[in-house]
Order: sequence, then structure tokens, then C-alpha cells
Amino acid sequence: MTRTVALVLLIGSCLTGSSLGAQGLDSATLTRPATNAWPTYAGDYSQRRFSTLNQIDTTNVRHLTLAWVRRLTAGAGGGEGNWFGPPPGPPAITGGVAENPVNAPGSTSGSPRLSGSILQVNGILYLSSPDNAWAIDARDGHVLWHYWWKSRGGTHIGSRGMAMYGDWLYFETPDDYLVSLDAKTGAERWHKEISDFSQQYFSTMAPVVVGNHVLVGTGDDLDAPGFLQSFDPTTGELQWKLYTVPMEKGDAALSTWGSLDAARHGGAQVWMPGSYDPETQLYIFGTGNPVPAYTAALRAPRDTHTNLYTCAVVAVNVNTGKIVWYYQTSPNDTHDWDSTQPPVLVDGTFAGKPRKLVMQAARNGYFFVLDRTTGEHLLTVKYSDAANWAAGLNAKGQPVRNPAKDNTVAGSLVSPDNGGATNWNPPSYSPQTGLFYIVLHEVYTMYYLTNTDPRMLVGLGGSEQVDVGSLGASLIAIDYQTGKLAWKYRLWGGGGGIGLLTTAGGLLFMHDGSGSLVAYGLQGAKPPTPLWHAQIGSVDNAPETYTLDGQQYVLVAGDGAVWAFSLQ
Amino acid sequence: MHPPAAPEQVAHGQLLFRSNCSFCHGSDARGGEKGPNLVRDQVVLRDQNGEVITPIVQNGIPSAGMPKFALSAADITDIAAWLHSQPLSDRGEPSRLDILVGDAKAGAAYFNGAGRCTQCHSTTGDLAGIGGRYEPKMIQNLIVSGGGYGMRRRSAGAPPVKQQPVTVTVTFPSGERVQGALDHISAFIIALRDSNGTYRSFARHDSIPKVVVTNPLQWHIDMLPQWRDADIHDLTAYFVTLK
Repeated sequence: MTRTVALVLLIGSCLTGSSLGAQGLDSATLTRPATNAWPTYAGDYSQRRFSTLNQIDTTNVRHLTLAWVRRLTAGAGGGEGNWFGPPPGPPAITGGVAENPVNAPGSTSGSPRLSGSILQVNGILYLSSPDNAWAIDARDGHVLWHYWWKSRGGTHIGSRGMAMYGDWLYFETPDDYLVSLDAKTGAERWHKEISDFSQQYFSTMAPVVVGNHVLVGTGDDLDAPGFLQSFDPTTGELQWKLYTVPMEKGDAALSTWGSLDAARHGGAQVWMPGSYDPETQLYIFGTGNPVPAYTAALRAPRDTHTNLYTCAVVAVNVNTGKIVWYYQTSPNDTHDWDSTQPPVLVDGTFAGKPRKLVMQAARNGYFFVLDRTTGEHLLTVKYSDAANWAAGLNAKGQPVRNPAKDNTVAGSLVSPDNGGATNWNPPSYSPQTGLFYIVLHEVYTMYYLTNTDPRMLVGLGGSEQVDVGSLGASLIAIDYQTGKLAWKYRLWGGGGGIGLLTTAGGLLFMHDGSGSLVAYGLQGAKPPTPLWHAQIGSVDNAPETYTLDGQQYVLVAGDGAVWAFSLQ
Repeated sequence: MHPPAAPEQVAHGQLLFRSNCSFCHGSDARGGEKGPNLVRDQVVLRDQNGEVITPIVQNGIPSAGMPKFALSAADITDIAAWLHSQPLSDRGEPSRLDILVGDAKAGAAYFNGAGRCTQCHSTTGDLAGIGGRYEPKMIQNLIVSGGGYGMRRRSAGAPPVKQQPVTVTVTFPSGERVQGALDHISAFIIALRDSNGTYRSFARHDSIPKVVVTNPLQWHIDMLPQWRDADIHDLTAYFVTLK
């Protein structure tokens, strides 16, 4: 967004009375580190998930205590409740194009899966789960409104969160709609189709608002092309659509595919939110794996067929939707290891010079550091000791796939497993320590090819996978300047989906994989120490923090409930 | 996505497809000499009752080299029904292929030598007759896992293998010691069942009490980064002969 446009927006918001005490999101909030708000998926556009707040620190975190819990119920809601229980929540405002929504526990009824981010703007929390959205008072967890979308189906694996623009909210539904709500009332403003439901797309992404662009991704496990779209926040009209695989003869990347037909069915799904660099106006995101996932025979018969832009960190001009640079983290992947993980933007030193960096710990077990203005490759390190599928790095720093570790008829012992060394769960970078933190999984799997005719493999078919052991799950700290791990802190529980938050109070908050929310004291190059914990049973999302009424809160969701902690 | 059509319609559609379409698209519609895979095709997925496919077949796609076919809408609808009946993806299906590629003699040599398996295993003891008790693929998976890790599999349950429990020794500053089968552990708690079967749990704070966990499958876990696939395949071929 140009400065002129930004200025107009600011003036506009002043004229409409968006000021202290009003409910809408001031877009300037998005360009600053999050303190008294959590206005976008990762708190801020860098996705480093480091909070500058230090009211809670290593000296007082042991006094952290529960402020409130709010248990939520998915679906139409309302009803009469029972004599002994609390009164039921407000009946849901209903939307959706389906006459008879497909029954999906956690969406049409029951305890919702709360694995996405929770927005906090002007003291109101906005969160979502598949087909459901709520506004909750951040002071006591009181539900203001609940919106429920009647779904025509689709994979209901999760909703990664909502986005906000002024007084309007945006979220994606599993059956491929972008829905916009009035944040004050939960009333639907409009819904727009994101992707073709008949092609088995399903949409989970938390949209990202940049200026007057609502960036929207989708996903698919069949042989469908991936794409990123930008919608107008006011009208919902499509501004631009970028396919992440070649779709036409003459496309520059077509030479990296075995055929145009293969490319058009090639995947590279965009199902995770990206990062944004206001200086360059680049929206930087990761793309998914190529499909058919487990055989390269038809989509990549030769080594030069790297299948662009699958498994890549891609930088797009947010106004034009055109690719400015890309770096492929897994040329010609054959294990369903997406590279959609958060590309974390860091201003730091590299080789003795200040650089503008982006770094990604990818699902395939490799960590990459790039220059985020040009895409220049700076460093690659194998952060998973167990990862055994590549025969080293090529001249560009990319892992070279070893075909002996593909799915084979006789079975190959491979790490990572399908879930990956990491997955969607957010990592964190702390400028205080200069370390990149992530939870690493080192599971080993026997991968069996179930059909030797590559034409029979579609999507994620053609593979039988048996997990045969693990070196465990660990919280690790990567020094991005050297690629060395500062330490590896073993976790007892396995658990996927452990997202991180670091703070200027010297703390790292996360689920320990055994049912506790833990605050670890970070000690630089020495392993962390647990300083506080609460055995709340499950933490399903990445912790967040903000100040409200001068008080710092830590917020998590787990087991269908939202938990807020503060010092009291 | 597509409700099942009448069997006669599907059968008729297949006959029509074989006669008219298979030369380019393959007899199973998964791609042939000139035509793409239709089973995963966007048009076919979007089509409900032939309404999208019919004009394409009747007009052809000249730019792509597909000729037109003077088939009736009714015939094309039958073809569509057959296409919609084709399985999209066998995701999660187990492999039924023969996995045995190894050398049984080399497997025996590895078992008795470099593999150091005889530290815990014996072909006349615990492994006697293993070739007759499990399928080759199960044997292979057990060689690597040792029967542990739940053998989580995408499409079936855990194998019928009795597992020895993980044990734990808890030592207090007083010197008092408690031992038993591990129930669960975190940085904050250690829970076990002692030799009487009684559940006991203790809060943990750093290294107090001292906790030592012993996993009977530790050797298998330590082997995970060391294995060569060829040795796994050879051991499997050898174990299959132990009937």
C-alpha cells in the first residue's frame, strides 16, 4: 500500500470515529509489534511471535494465574440448557449455502477444535473453528455473539483464524467460502466462493489483511492446482489470483514439469498465512507439495523437473499478485512434505553485516535463511538429526532427493514421517537471544509404494506408511547465523501442533506435549528451565499475549475452551 | 461427490469408453498416448450427470487435438457415470505387493554378526517360527520397531505383539527408591505402577527426585538412524524362512 493510500485510510478512520474506545481495527496497528492488541494471525506481519511485553518476566511468572476460562460449543447453539448447568450461550447467527449441513462434530455440534489464532482488538477477542466464529469479551470471556455457517462438507481439519479490517472480520470455511462479518454484531456482510468445491478443495487458512487486500489461500489433497487470491475488503470482489503452478503453455516454469497436464494438476497449495514486509511490499508465503504426492514418474521424469513452484518460499508483490522471487526448499518432493511453514522475517546480522532476512524451518527437516528482499540463499541446515531422505545439498543449498528413500515396493525407512519434522505449528524467533525456536519431531516410518503404475496414484494415494519409532519430540534453538543448534530440550510427550511464543520478559510459552501450558525461562545458549506451568489438559493453538487495562495476559485455547492467564 | 449410478448404466458407459475414448485416454481413463488422466480431471469432477462432459465430447477440443464424437447425450451420460464410478485415490490402502527383495543368507549373517541381534533374540527361542506367525510386511515392520511405538499405521490397528513395559526408577534425596512400570511422565510428574500393581505418582522439580527411565526397546530406538534398508530387507527375507 502506498503512503498516500495509508494516509487516506488513517484520515478516513479518524473521520468515522475509530479511536480509543471504539471497536474497529486501526490499520496502523498492523504495522507495529503487537502490544495492546493481537490484530492478525501471528500478532504482527513478521510472524516471529516475539512480544515486546515484559510485565510478566522470569522473576514473577511463577505468580501467573488463571483469569478466566470460556468453554465454547459449536453449531447452531441456543437451546434451553438444563436445570443445573450454566445458561446456554446466545443462539448462533446462521449463514451458509447448504440446506442440510453435513454432520461434523466440532462444527455442527460439540466441542470445537480451537487450533487457530485469536484476534484481540480493543478488548474483544475474535476466534474461529471450522464453520464457527465468536466474539468474546477479553475481560471475562463473555460471549457477545456466535456465527455458525451451514457447511456443504469438505475436510474439516481446522480453521487457522480470522482477519480484521476496520469493523469487518474475514474467515474461510471448509466448503470454500470467504465470509465477512460485521465485528460488532456478527451479522454476515457477504460470502464469496474461494475455490471449486467439486475439485475437493477445502479452505482452512486465516486470511491476512494487508492494506486494502484480503489475502486468501485454500488447500486440496487431490491433483488440483494451488493459488493465492486477493479480495477487496469492502465488496469482496476479486483483485487478483496467482496460480502457484504453471497453467498455460509458455509459462516460464513449465519446463520444470513433465507436461502441462501434470503442472495443471500439480498442487503447491497455499494453506498457511504468509508474512508481509511493508518496506518492499512483498507478501512472503510457503507453498505445498507437488501431487501426485508419492510418485514423480509422470510429473517429474527428469532431474531438471523440479516442479515449480511447489515446496517453495514465494515472495509476491501484494498489489499486483506477481511473483518477485522464490526459493524452492524441496525440489521434486515425494513425501507430501509441504513447505507452507511460517516464513519468519528477521532484521539481523549475517556474516557480520546487517541483513533483512527471512527464515523457514520446513517440514522436510531443513532450515533455510534467505535475504527477504531478493530471495538470495544464505544458509541451509538440517535441523532434524533423523532426516535421512536427501543425499546432501546442491549448489543452491537445496536438499537433493535420494530416490532410494522414496516410497518403494520393498519399503524404505525414512524420517521425517508424514507429519514432518514440523508442520503448521508456529515457531518463534527472539531478538533477545538471537535464536529461532521450534518443536522438532523425529519419527521414523516405513514407506511402502502400493502401486507400481504411476497413473494409478492420485493425490495422497499409493503409499502405505507404518510408524516404527521415534527419537522423540524436542524444543530446539537454532542459531540462524551458524546453523548450529544451541540446544535440544527433550519433551516427554510427543504431541503435534505445539506453537510457540517468546517475550521480552525472557520467557517462552508453549504446550509441553503432556497437557501443561509451560512458561520456560530462556537462558540464551543454555537449555531453558520451566518456571511455571498449569496442567490444563491440552493446548491446541499457539499462545498469544497482549496488555489490557494495563495488565499483561497470556491466552491459549485447548479442548474447546479459551484460557486467559495474568498476574494477580 | 457423485451418488452411485445404476450398474447397467455404469457397465454400458465402460463399453462406450473402451470403444471410443480409451485409445487416447487409456482403458482405465488414467491417461494414454495422447489424452490426459480423466479420473482426476477438473471437468469430470465438476460434471454431475454428463451436462459438462457432453458438449466437450460432441464438439471436441480442436486446440488440444481432441476430435469430436457423434455420440448421443444419453450415451455420454453413461460414460460420465462410469468415469464418476472410478476410484479417485487409494489413500490409506495397505500395499498388497510382494515386498521380499532381500537375501536370506545375508540376513542370517547379519542377524548372527553385524546386527548383534543375538544379544536379545534367538531363532530357536523368541523368534522360532516367526515366518509362520506374521506376514512378511509385518515381520519387516517389527524388525525395525521391535513391536513398540504402537506401530501406528495409516490403515489398520496395532500388531498382536506383547510388549514389555517401560520401567522407571525413582530415587529420593533420602535414598528411598521406588521402581515400577511407567504410567506417564512429564517435567512435573512421574507416575508408575509398583510391583504390587499400585499406582504411585510423585511431583518432580528439576532432578528431584532422580528419575531413570529404562525402555526395553532402547536398542531398536538407537538403531533407527543406523539402519541400511538392504539389511532390513535381508533380515526380513531370513525371518520369513523361520517356519
